[in-house]
Amino acid sequence: MTTTVAEAGKLPDYDYNIVRQFTIMSVVWGIVGMGVGVLIAAQLAWPALNDLWQPFTHFGRLRPLHTNGVIFAFGGSVLFATSYYVVQRTCQTRLWGGWLIPFTFWGWQVVIIAAIITLPQGLTSTKEYAELEWPIDILIALIWIAYALVFFGTIAKRRTSHIYVANWFFGAYIITIAALHIVNNLAIPVSAFKSYSIFSGTKDAMVQWWYGHNAVGFFLTAAFLGIMYYFVPKQAGRPVYSYQLSIVHFWALISIYVWAGGHHLHYSALPDWTQSLAMVMSVILLAPSWGGMINGIMTLSGAWHKLRTDPTLRFLVVSLSFYGMSTFEGPMMSIKTVNALSHNTDWTIGHVHSGALGWVAMISIGALYHLVPVLWHRKQMYSVKLINAHFWLATVGTVLYIAAMWVNGITQGLMWRAFNADGTLTYSFVESVIASHPGYIVRWLGGAFFLTGMFLMAYNVFRTITDEPEEDEVRHDEHLPIAKSV
Amino acid sequence: MRQIGVVLGSIAFLAICWWAFSPKRKQRFDEDAKLPFADEQESTEKGAQKSESRSDDKDGAKQEQEQGQDK
Repeated sequence: MTTTVAEAGKLPDYDYNIVRQFTIMSVVWGIVGMGVGVLIAAQLAWPALNDLWQPFTHFGRLRPLHTNGVIFAFGGSVLFATSYYVVQRTCQTRLWGGWLIPFTFWGWQVVIIAAIITLPQGLTSTKEYAELEWPIDILIALIWIAYALVFFGTIAKRRTSHIYVANWFFGAYIITIAALHIVNNLAIPVSAFKSYSIFSGTKDAMVQWWYGHNAVGFFLTAAFLGIMYYFVPKQAGRPVYSYQLSIVHFWALISIYVWAGGHHLHYSALPDWTQSLAMVMSVILLAPSWGGMINGIMTLSGAWHKLRTDPTLRFLVVSLSFYGMSTFEGPMMSIKTVNALSHNTDWTIGHVHSGALGWVAMISIGALYHLVPVLWHRKQMYSVKLINAHFWLATVGTVLYIAAMWVNGITQGLMWRAFNADGTLTYSFVESVIASHPGYIVRWLGGAFFLTGMFLMAYNVFRTITDEPEEDEVRHDEHLPIAKSV
Repeated sequence: MRQIGVVLGSIAFLAICWWAFSPKRKQRFDEDAKLPFADEQESTEKGAQKSESRSDDKDGAKQEQEQGQDK
C-alpha cells in the first residue's frame, strides 16, 4: 500500500497568490526589522544616536519594534508563506478558506503597521515579545484563528492519506501560539491603549515566560523545523534521512518545550522546584533538538557535493549547524550555576541571535530562495552569485555578532561578581559598560553585514520577478497532469 | 504523583519510539518520506532544473515513486 500519492489526475490549481504576497513582505519586513536592529545596535555603541527624534527614537522604544519586526513581521510572513505553500503541495489540494485567506494577509499587515505606529509612542503592555496593546492583540487572535481554520481546513480536504511531518510541526505551532497569545495577553483594558494583565506578581512573570519561551519553542523552532522538513529534502533532491526519527522528534520536542519557560526566572521569587523543573526539562531538550538537527543534516548524506554549487542548500544546512549550536548553548545556560554568570549579560543576547540570525533567518532565506523561482515560474534566481555573496555576508555577520556577545557577556558576568577581600565590589557597573564598548561596535558591524545581505536578496528577488524570462528559463512543471508518462 | 508522572511519561515515550521504529511500519514511513516529491512532474522538472546538480539517485527515487503511483 502506498500512502503518499493521490489518485492520478490533474494537479490542483494551487493558490500561489497568497504565498507570493507573504514572500514579498518577508523580504520587506526582514529589511525593516533588521534595519531597526542595526540602528539600536549603533545606539548602544554611540548613545548620541538615541537623540535622532526624541522620544520616539529612544532605545527603549525602538527595541520592541525591532523584536516584533523580526519575529512577527519577518518570521511571521515567512511562516505564513511557507506553511501555506507546504500544506498545499504535500496535501495535493488547493488552500481552503475563501475570504479567510486574504484576511490573514491583510490583517497581518495591519498588525505590523499598528506596531510600527504604537511602539515608538511608548504604547506597550511591557510584556516582552507581547508588547502590543489590547486592541491589536484582539486582531492578532482573530487572524490566528482564521489562519488555523485555513491550515486545518486544507489538511481536512487533502488528497493524500498521510499528513506529512512538516504539517505536524506547522499544526503544533499554530495551535500552541493561539493558546499562548490568548492566555498571556488576558488583560483588563482601562482605556483605548492601556491595559493591565489579569495576572499579578510572580504568576504574571511565570505566565509571561511560559509564553516567551514557547514563542521561541513553537514560533521560532517548531514552525521553522516544518520548513526544514520540507525545503531541505526538496533542495537536496532526496527524502529526509529518517522519517521514523522525525516522528519521535516531533512528539519529544513538543512535549518537553512547554516546561522550560521557568529557566528565564532563575533565582527569582518563583518557587525553587519550578526553577529546577524548568532547568531539568531544558537540559533534556538537547536530545530532541539534536535529533532533529542530525535528521536534517544527514538528509544530505550522499549529496554533500551539492553544497559546493548550491548556495541555497548551503543556507539551509548552515542554519541547521547554528540550530545545533544554539540548542546546545540554551540548555547549558539554563543550568542554574551557569545562569548565575550569564543572566542579564550580553551572553543572552548573543544566544538569542545565534538562534535568530543563524537558525531562523538563514533557514528562512534558504526557503525563500527556493520558493521565489517556483512561485514566479523561473528556472532559478536571477543571480546565483548574489545568493552566494548573501550567504557569506550572513554567515560572517552572525559569527561576528555572537562572538562579540560571548566576549561581552562573560566579561560582564565576571566583572559583576568580582569581590575584594573586604567584601566590596571590585568594579562599578559603569566600568563593565566601558569594557563592553568594543564588543558593541563589533556587534553593530556583524548586524550591518547581515542587513547588507538582505539588500542583496531584495535586489535579487526583484530582478527575478521583473525580468522577462527567456523561453528556456520558464518553468513549466507546476500545472501538468500527474500521471502523464507513467 | 511525581513517580506516576515519570512512569507514564516514560511509557508514552517508549511507546512512540516502538511505534515509529517497529520494522513492520518501516516501509510505510519510507513511502511517506517521499511525499514532498509526489506532486512533481517527471520530465519537465528535471529538464528545467539545473540539470547537473540533480543527480542519478534522484532519478532512482523518482522511478520508485512512479511505480508507487501505479499500485
